[in-house]
Amino acid sequence: MKKLTSRIDRERLLLAVAAPVLAVVAALVVTALVIAATGKNPFEAFSDMLSYGSASDSQVYILNKATTYYLAGVAVAIGFRMNLFNIGVDGQYRIAAFFAAVVGGTLDLPGIIQIPLVIVVAMLVGAMWAGIAGVLKTSRGVSEVISTIMLNSIATAIIGYLIQPERLGQLDEAGTLVSTKPLPESSWFFTVDLGPAGLLWGFLFVAVLAGLAYWFVLGRTRFGFDLRAVGQSESAAAASGVSVKKMVVTSMILSGGMAGLIGMPTLLNESHMYSNDFPLGIGFTGIAIALLGRNNPVGIALAALLWGFLERTTNHLEVIGYDKEILGVLQGVIVLCVVIAYELVRRYGLRRQQQRVGAELAAQAHGAATTEKLEVAR
Amino acid sequence: MRGITKRFPGVVANRDIDITVRRGTVHALCGENGAGKSTLMKILYGMQKPDEGTITVDGDQVTFGSPADAIARGIGMVHQHFMLADNLTVLENVVLGGEKLHGIGSRARAKIQEISDAYGLGVRPDVLVEELGVADRQRVEILKVLYRGARTLILDEPTAVLVPQEVEALFDNLRELKSEGLTVIFISHKLGEVLSVADEITVIRRGTTVGTADPRTTTSRQLAELMVGSELPSPETRESTVTGTPALTVRDLRLTATDTDGVVREVLAGIGFTIHRGEVLGIAGVEGNGQAELVEAIMGMRDPDGGVITLDTTDISHAPTRRRRESGIGYIPEDRHRHGLLLEAPLWENRILGHVTERPNSRRGLIDSGAARLDTERIVREYDVRTPGIDVTAASLSGGNQQKLIVGREMSHSPKLLIAAHPTRGVDVGAQAQIWDQIREARRGGLAVLLISADLDELIGLSDTLRVMYRGRLVADADPATITPEELGSAMTGAATGHLEASDAPDAPASSTSGTGAGGEDR
Repeated sequence: MKKLTSRIDRERLLLAVAAPVLAVVAALVVTALVIAATGKNPFEAFSDMLSYGSASDSQVYILNKATTYYLAGVAVAIGFRMNLFNIGVDGQYRIAAFFAAVVGGTLDLPGIIQIPLVIVVAMLVGAMWAGIAGVLKTSRGVSEVISTIMLNSIATAIIGYLIQPERLGQLDEAGTLVSTKPLPESSWFFTVDLGPAGLLWGFLFVAVLAGLAYWFVLGRTRFGFDLRAVGQSESAAAASGVSVKKMVVTSMILSGGMAGLIGMPTLLNESHMYSNDFPLGIGFTGIAIALLGRNNPVGIALAALLWGFLERTTNHLEVIGYDKEILGVLQGVIVLCVVIAYELVRRYGLRRQQQRVGAELAAQAHGAATTEKLEVAR
Repeated sequence: MRGITKRFPGVVANRDIDITVRRGTVHALCGENGAGKSTLMKILYGMQKPDEGTITVDGDQVTFGSPADAIARGIGMVHQHFMLADNLTVLENVVLGGEKLHGIGSRARAKIQEISDAYGLGVRPDVLVEELGVADRQRVEILKVLYRGARTLILDEPTAVLVPQEVEALFDNLRELKSEGLTVIFISHKLGEVLSVADEITVIRRGTTVGTADPRTTTSRQLAELMVGSELPSPETRESTVTGTPALTVRDLRLTATDTDGVVREVLAGIGFTIHRGEVLGIAGVEGNGQAELVEAIMGMRDPDGGVITLDTTDISHAPTRRRRESGIGYIPEDRHRHGLLLEAPLWENRILGHVTERPNSRRGLIDSGAARLDTERIVREYDVRTPGIDVTAASLSGGNQQKLIVGREMSHSPKLLIAAHPTRGVDVGAQAQIWDQIREARRGGLAVLLISADLDELIGLSDTLRVMYRGRLVADADPATITPEELGSAMTGAATGHLEASDAPDAPASSTSGTGAGGEDR
């Protein structure tokens, strides 16, 4: 009996890894076909990606990118674990970063106070912005998908309004860039100088901590159990004593709070201000990464690194004469394949387990009762 | 059908099944839930293909690729869950999908009338289906099959939804069909019914035929033993464990709900009862008369509009569900898939569900997975949950074993009050007896039980007090020691109110009918 259990476990692990690997391989095949169709050699492209991606300056770049993507993936995953589709991570991180930048640019406190303050402001703003969708869902039954998409647009509009020079923003000397007031140097986050390879963002460590917190809260606490229970079956969770409404709002707030962190590596480690060229669309990237990483803290990290790798290396492809749109093709195909592969593997796994349990029990039953054919009533 | 074998994920496969049904007879197929009856009939009806074996109809060997093939050979099936469109008339429902047979107009009407009269079905073609009761709907289903030219009817658990009086009427219909030369295959696990209507009985156990029985010479006990494959536990003599200490008091409970049309309806009105420690209060009623809402109000999943619910001495009328669970309410839900389990989670996580704040599942806000796993293993052992391990998902267990896990979980927190809604529904005979024993055992230890069941024998056998629920009200009460299922059945349709007295001196005390382990007696 013990043996069977461990076998099922090992199988489960295998299945869990199988899906993303399958997806990435399928995506590579499709991309190779696409490149071949444009009359170029796909293998040359892949080998260039590998060699360029493993250069040390690329590695630092990938890690820095992955820091942002990881936080985005985790923010989305919190919603996913609860069966909530927080599409609004995108708006949440942008409006959070904006207000954090405003606060950071206005104050000039010692870094030890100001940096945490900026981060807390970002998390609070993100949480509040997501909380609106949570409250709308529980009080009015508005689908969080719809409301968060709309909140994204509203966030864009609010930022566009407030960032104007006569309000919270300023125009640079060249007159092309609108931004918030830059953060004083004392509130820049630390970086690790790796010489010629570049600067590694210190926020990487915050991302690791966020991952640990995600794993711990969801996997080890009562609260996490309740949250996952709602995600698996709302009705069963309600019967077990979870207040589903409260849980919806809470997890939206947590997801938004996490989303508030997404802009922080860029703000505190790189740009030091919120300008109209602040990175866009990372919330959507987070959806892909959470999907690819199966909402698993380690899986999301791997997916974030893969995303960073793809971005870095496909940029370079352009230099050697390939089309840079390959990136879009690759990423799109990966996401499609991931969704399909997961569903296939999930169904297969479920059926396989049922079969095994059935077979095991049938074997027991067969041993116990050697089909005595009875004939009563004569 | 000869040597039918079907391998099927998760359930017991059909193995080497032989069954012969003679023309013009009522042939009963009985066996525990999950024994493979339904699979076998789905094969016969062309919904599934056998892996091995042959089907012969009137001497010709046939293979059915779809139900259409089966209907072409005159085999029709009436499913357990009706497939009727509520907003259409009977006539429209019958011709739906069979328009080519007799058109949709007067010819079809004449044909329906003819069939209805020939077999005494008493179907009125122009009534809307939504206005019909369950028994009438079932007759429409039968007529639908006959209309398509079936000479052999498969009825899957047809009595599950009927009250005793309706069952009798159905059996009259079946006898009528038989006398006209039609063949009926009747699937059931209610032995009393099988014995009263069948000409021949085939028993299936663990996916294979274990024997045939002649209903004239077989007792329900022998049949049950054939079904389970072992001696049944003998019914317990009733000894009262009712104390004077109230465990749950419900006073003047009122609940309204807004239906899909926006109309506010009263689903519970003036509900009042007291369950004492060591008492089982049974609530009888046709489903949909407010039982589910009552349970949800007591569990805190619905907020009552009026009235007081008191557990021990604490007013819990508006307390959250979790607090109610923590203060000692155990809950065996009616729909275990919706309310009792996380199907895709492993068993040990399911053991935590509903008791996440209690030992051994958690300590100081953190899940104690080690202790929870250990305790899951204990439950699996003590409650005989058949599973290869505690890491398999709940979905891979059979219904009976899922239920045993739930019962084990709820009992493990020594509840003061157990709400058992259809605790043995869809559970095989062996597990049923076991669950009853556990409830009785806990009752002796002072547990108060609110039992809701559609199985009247279960209600009468387990309860110390009986109430009848009709349209959101408790309309009648009865003494389970003297009441018969028939009397209870008529009160369930709203025909009788007040205190139900046995009409004549009870010749058999109810204790002898309590829990024969098979849910059916000679009546």
